[in-house]
Amino acid sequence: MQKKKIGKKILSANEEYALKNSRFLARQKKLCLNMISSPGSGKTTILARTISELKGKIKIGVIEGDIQTDFDAQKIRATGAPAVQINTGGACHLSAAQISDALQNLPLADLDLIFIENVGNLVCPSAFELGETAKVVVLSVAEGDDKPAKYPAIFAKSKVLLVNKIDLLRAGDLVDFDVERVKADARKLNKGIEIFPISAKTCEGMTYWYDWLLKSVRAQHQGLAFDR
Amino acid sequence: MHETVIAESLLAAISQEAAKQSAKPIAAKISCGTFNTVNDEILRFAFTAAAKGTPCENVKLQIEHKPIQGQCQKCKQNFDVESPDKRCPHCGSGDFQLLPDAPLVLEEIEFE
Repeated sequence: MQKKKIGKKILSANEEYALKNSRFLARQKKLCLNMISSPGSGKTTILARTISELKGKIKIGVIEGDIQTDFDAQKIRATGAPAVQINTGGACHLSAAQISDALQNLPLADLDLIFIENVGNLVCPSAFELGETAKVVVLSVAEGDDKPAKYPAIFAKSKVLLVNKIDLLRAGDLVDFDVERVKADARKLNKGIEIFPISAKTCEGMTYWYDWLLKSVRAQHQGLAFDR
Repeated sequence: MHETVIAESLLAAISQEAAKQSAKPIAAKISCGTFNTVNDEILRFAFTAAAKGTPCENVKLQIEHKPIQGQCQKCKQNFDVESPDKRCPHCGSGDFQLLPDAPLVLEEIEFE
């Protein structure tokens, strides 16, 4: 019987692809944001609205991750933006190798910003780096204000938190959701996180998100270090 | 359920080492951080399923969880952070900065 010390990272294969993607995107000076949330938080609606509102200012492409169907890619293409659909066939998250392939299928030369819409899941996607410039977590108010405390990993790792569907908060006491509690809990885990309460449906608060995107695209164009 | 991908990567790493050593692996020790959100039961189940019929069948997994640490912004001491409500056990301050989480690592393999 003998024991051997190994000390090898178990997800090193994924990390190698992620590093390759991240270097490629930095060389191309493209901003790439990995969007993560529970199913139904409004990721696709936020993206479609963002693409339409920023038309003429920046060009956006999308990599869509879903277990099945290309519904989301169709919704993105309806805005006129290019979209590549990845079907994971059951897997609960995207992996870096899938992103390497998808990047080859987007007209990158024409784009300023690439969004990756990850599979709807607040846990698994946070454990797999894709080589993105930063992560954006979306939390909709109907999901409850305890999510940063319950699912700390994604809130600790994200650069931006979008609190979506805030128009529902006007529906009297139908939705119990304390935006201040979410802000405080998220900032305890992540001091530098940018938090934008928005409604992709009514457009409330979206201009702050757009300003952040435009500023970040400019910084990436200039090759400035992106503070995660 | 990202444990299935972790199990497959772990199996590949153990198999590779076993082939190099020309020995039969019987146990493996891994460590992970809080934010790897690894569920032991699911990882063991997924590993057993992936390893069936391979030389790694029957490898016993020992899984060590390394809690994420925070550094108190007041007294600069480090401590385990179990929840965002955590306060510094040394000075009572609620102001802490999370330190980098431990990665998923295959630490050691035991051969027959």
